[in-house]
Amino acid sequence: MRVALFITCLVDAMFPQVGKATVGLLERLGYDVDVPLQQTCCGQMHTNTGYPDQALPLVRQFADVFAGYDAVVAPSGSCVGSVRHQHAGLASRAGDAGLRRQVDAVAARTYELSEFLIDVHGTADVGAYYPHRVTYHPTCHSLRLLQVGDRPHRLLRAVRGLELVDLPGAETCCGFGGTFALKNADVSAAMLADKVEAVISTGAGVCSAGDSSCLMHIGGGLSRGDLPVRTVHLAEILAST
Amino acid sequence: MTTDLGMPAFAPRGVGHLRGDQSFPEAAREALGNKQLRSNLGRATATIRTKRAAVVAEVPDWADLRTAGAAIKDAVLADLGAQLLRLEKQVTAHGGHVHWARDANEANRIVTDLVRATGQTDVVKVKSMATQEIGLNEALAEAGIAAWETDLAELIVQLADDRPSHILVPAIHRNRTEIRDIFLREMGRAGVPAPAGLTDEPRELAEAARLHLRAKFLSAQVAISGANFAVAETGTLAVVESEGNGRMCLTLPKTLITVMGIEKLLPTWRDLEVFLQLLPRSSTGERMNPYTSMWTGVTPGDGPQEFHLVLLDNGRTATLADPDGRAALRCIRCSACLNVCPVYERTGGHAYGSVYPGPIGAVLSPQLTGVKDNPSLPFASSLCGACYDVCPVAIDIPTMLVHLRAEAVASKGMKAERAAMGGVSSLMRHPRLYGAALRMGRLGRILGRRRGVIRRLPWPMSAWTRARDLPLPPTETFRDWWVRTHGSP
Ligand code: SF4
Repeated sequence: MRVALFITCLVDAMFPQVGKATVGLLERLGYDVDVPLQQTCCGQMHTNTGYPDQALPLVRQFADVFAGYDAVVAPSGSCVGSVRHQHAGLASRAGDAGLRRQVDAVAARTYELSEFLIDVHGTADVGAYYPHRVTYHPTCHSLRLLQVGDRPHRLLRAVRGLELVDLPGAETCCGFGGTFALKNADVSAAMLADKVEAVISTGAGVCSAGDSSCLMHIGGGLSRGDLPVRTVHLAEILAST
Repeated sequence: MTTDLGMPAFAPRGVGHLRGDQSFPEAAREALGNKQLRSNLGRATATIRTKRAAVVAEVPDWADLRTAGAAIKDAVLADLGAQLLRLEKQVTAHGGHVHWARDANEANRIVTDLVRATGQTDVVKVKSMATQEIGLNEALAEAGIAAWETDLAELIVQLADDRPSHILVPAIHRNRTEIRDIFLREMGRAGVPAPAGLTDEPRELAEAARLHLRAKFLSAQVAISGANFAVAETGTLAVVESEGNGRMCLTLPKTLITVMGIEKLLPTWRDLEVFLQLLPRSSTGERMNPYTSMWTGVTPGDGPQEFHLVLLDNGRTATLADPDGRAALRCIRCSACLNVCPVYERTGGHAYGSVYPGPIGAVLSPQLTGVKDNPSLPFASSLCGACYDVCPVAIDIPTMLVHLRAEAVASKGMKAERAAMGGVSSLMRHPRLYGAALRMGRLGRILGRRRGVIRRLPWPMSAWTRARDLPLPPTETFRDWWVRTHGSP
């Protein structure tokens, strides 16, 4: 099986440890992972900020770069959500039927990490050990666009040493929303404050999620409040032994 | 007039309540500072969310009902002209009169003339979004006609000279104590005063409203309503409500004038079956609403003997013209999307500047007015998708918001942002340059050298660092690590 890692621009630039963990985990599970270096970004920021024309070349590029693989795996529910739910619309909007066929084919083989592990790899126990008290924020796009359901929780429950504690109001948005955090910074900060409070109320030492963007947001709030909770991506926990 | 050229017109400026004076972020900032508002709203929306979730969960075929609701609305929208003519024929055949209003100004003029013709100077009103949208009360006041709201929450808003902040519960931003104060202070000026010594017990408040409104019901000769549904097949209008005050208005007066958006239409009587299940469960979290009033034209000797139906466009045809936006016309104004929206819950309805707040407002108001007049609303969402999940007619609000954002960008100059977006996009088309740019991120480390995190950034990123830290960029990007450890670039 030819597996490609779609690293996502944010992880590439800001959170390389999440990429390394994803590679390490997949290799440990026996996959031959490739990272095509022609990849850049899914274009979601452009699309969601109102620049579909500028997103289109990135959609084309994504479809080209990842065309030949059996599976494309990304440590981000949001970016996979964009690939599955926006790329087709952007191709159609451009009136490009060929591109539409291409993106449909690639999107059908693109997986968020927990989906790949549970649905393709077929096991919740990936042999990880992580002796910490962890609470999990499900992130809106994983939850509602991809409908990953309890896949991340099943993976976390199988991690040895890990104590998973429920996050109150888990399904409420943390307020990130891409450029929403800048364009509506005050509302975003009010949402973040409530999320941070919920995280703290769990008594967990680690807040995890399947998206580095939401974690960057929640982590930014925790850090600003000098609060003793670390944000750690799901991939990093699953890669730990 | 643009209509003559075949281009449907937007809702006109200078009349009605579809545009705010401030952009959403500005208005939201002010609202966020109001602690009382936030706690009133937080409590109210949480209660209604829980109720809705429980009564929706007990319907085994909810998903099918929802699909049916969307399909029925889509079918009627696809054939709207013919269906409206069918409705007109039926209403007329049953003794009613049908008036066509292109926009708010026309509708206000039609209603004012109709009331004038009765010689009355007071009318009672059934809660209606369409009449709020067109600013009918103000138009009537200008003509010397007093319009009395009879829905309890709408009455509170009217007495306080306030604006509605929620589709279903217009006074959701008020708590009981505030309501008592408003009643004590204002009721006497509008009619029967509140009893002295009124407390903030819900029963006492309701009793005060009942006494106040009863006098209005018993003297009113003219009523004005909206409509939840109109059945083209039979010419039947329907209003659903909880209080029974609407029923009083719809049955006691001699003349009834109904103002209805043209998208409220259903093709057949049977279609009501779907919507009378979808609406109460989504809206008040009840299995069934207490009062469902239906009428077909006039019935001699029973109820109003004169019935006028005003069909309102006011930007709806323009909305219908956009294939990616028209699904907003499926909306049955249940307000479920408001109650689950994390943005609405924190800002309240006034921040949206329109009578349609929350997620539906963010997609409907800009379409009715043209995006140019409401350019900040499509951005008033984190795109979390909670609204789409609960919408009983499956309006994909997040996708529609994204579509409208593109229109907003196209309608405004946005030179700096466009240049930045274009620049990033072309950089991303060149992986080598892109890799180099990512590497440059390292320079950012200098900003957080002391603390290990970045606490302050220049504009536009200062919006981020006002409330959040940013981690230091890594010393090595992922792709550089990959090349170093796994092979050549
Ligand atoms: S958009 Fe949907 S959820 Fe929102 S008010 Fe309309 S029908 Fe209800």
